[in-house]
Amino acid sequence: MSATGRDPRSAIRYPEETEKPEPRTADSGERKAITGLRHKDLLGIQPLTPEEIVLILDTAEAMKEIGSRPIKKVPALRGKTVVNLFFEPSTRTRTSFEIAEKRLSADTLSIAIASSSVVKGETLADTALTIEAMQPDMIVMRHASSGAGHLLARVCRSAIINAGDGMHEHPTQALLDAFTIRERKQRIAGLKVAIVGDLLHSRVLRSNIHLLTKLGAEVWVCGPPTLIPPEVARLGVRATSRVNEAVEGADVVMLLRIQLERMQGAFFPSLREYFNVFGMTEERVRRAKPDVIIMHPGPMNRGVEIASEVADGPYSVILDQVSNGVAVRMAVLYLLAGGADNEAAA
Amino acid sequence: MPVVMDADRIARALTRIAHEIVERNKGVERLALVGIRTRGVPIARRVARTLKEITGDEVPTGALDITLYRDDLMRHAVGPQPVVRSTEIAFSIDNRKIILVDDVLYTGRTIRAALDALIDFGRPRAIQLLALVDRGHRELPIKADYVGKNLPTSLSESVQVRLHEVDGQDEVVVQQEAAL
Repeated sequence: MSATGRDPRSAIRYPEETEKPEPRTADSGERKAITGLRHKDLLGIQPLTPEEIVLILDTAEAMKEIGSRPIKKVPALRGKTVVNLFFEPSTRTRTSFEIAEKRLSADTLSIAIASSSVVKGETLADTALTIEAMQPDMIVMRHASSGAGHLLARVCRSAIINAGDGMHEHPTQALLDAFTIRERKQRIAGLKVAIVGDLLHSRVLRSNIHLLTKLGAEVWVCGPPTLIPPEVARLGVRATSRVNEAVEGADVVMLLRIQLERMQGAFFPSLREYFNVFGMTEERVRRAKPDVIIMHPGPMNRGVEIASEVADGPYSVILDQVSNGVAVRMAVLYLLAGGADNEAAA
Repeated sequence: MPVVMDADRIARALTRIAHEIVERNKGVERLALVGIRTRGVPIARRVARTLKEITGDEVPTGALDITLYRDDLMRHAVGPQPVVRSTEIAFSIDNRKIILVDDVLYTGRTIRAALDALIDFGRPRAIQLLALVDRGHRELPIKADYVGKNLPTSLSESVQVRLHEVDGQDEVVVQQEAAL
């Protein structure tokens, strides 16, 4: 499915006899549907309930259709201002948020670290208060420090969306991963998901563990012993350093980038050796289920965590993840746009 | 809780409307039905079935969710955002005659939103409006082309359309708001 192709599921269901207005998946069918998020901010997956996650995914399904229209814009966030505050370099997440904001008709501006007064020594809280004084409705922030979003949420009235904070969480990435899995497998509960790579430095891993376990998946994590965080077993996942064990019979294999820029020390002898022991090759993929999907949050290091043939293989959904990212971020922006009213209604 | 239309009356009204559509458009060529979620969608499908029985031709049918176009979207004093459902229009609306279908025509604000939403899909040759019930009290200059039943109401009443596909039975009832 290409980024621009019409989603086949959006085809009319005529002449089907009955209308099913309620959410469409086995995952959501068993749960009581809810209609709103009870949060002002999205700082992580951890505070969300399974019902809230399903609401975001269902809303994203409706948002995805907008991307296939001739005019890819709806007036939902007209007059709302969204500030994208990126203290770390990011291409795909920032672009994805900007496209999502524009498709909802929000006014957006993006501030990159290099051109901001942070380089002149301003603290994060002061930067936030300065921006807050200009009364934006939402702030999307990426920051190298874990918990930066929580600090912002305490001092700001605006809704804060965490676009990645240090080694803590990256909630919209986990949501788009779940959306992509659900789109391909029609469910998340009961699937075996193997996550292989740099577990220690990955905020994507933490958000994904919270999300996938809340929705009932069986999660395996795999990497060199030096890159397995000691507390990971307490999050309800199986940890191993044997890649074949993790991949055996998996429905989903998710690779994580080796984050050399965060590594202060020698965690493994060489990238070449890492690829030999952990790299996802076609031979290793064959141990998974025949209909396995291969995911990667990007940016990819071909020949390190993933072989080129696998990244470009028929089971790869890596580009679907990117296009689904826009729909998921539209859903989050829309659902949080009620602002503090979300909490008042709770 | 007075029932103002039962299943038979609803069926007869929709059959009559289908004939009016054929008469007014001299057939069903380049025609399409778009139901407004939730209850406009099954009504559109029923009318499409009747049109097929009358003319033998399939009329494409779509579903439109207008939530993101509502004029009160960000004006709620308290409360979560309305739930967004998917829009499914699998045909090009360019140069077609589109019949918008809704269950109850009231202030006209839903139709205003639906017109905006539809225009984002292309440039239809014409848009006509079908409502099962017209209860009056318009706040915008909007008028239906096909009406199942004109139902004079007071502002303190609410009109509920129930359809088999959504609610398990067909009926239209009028209730006092206070009783809700």
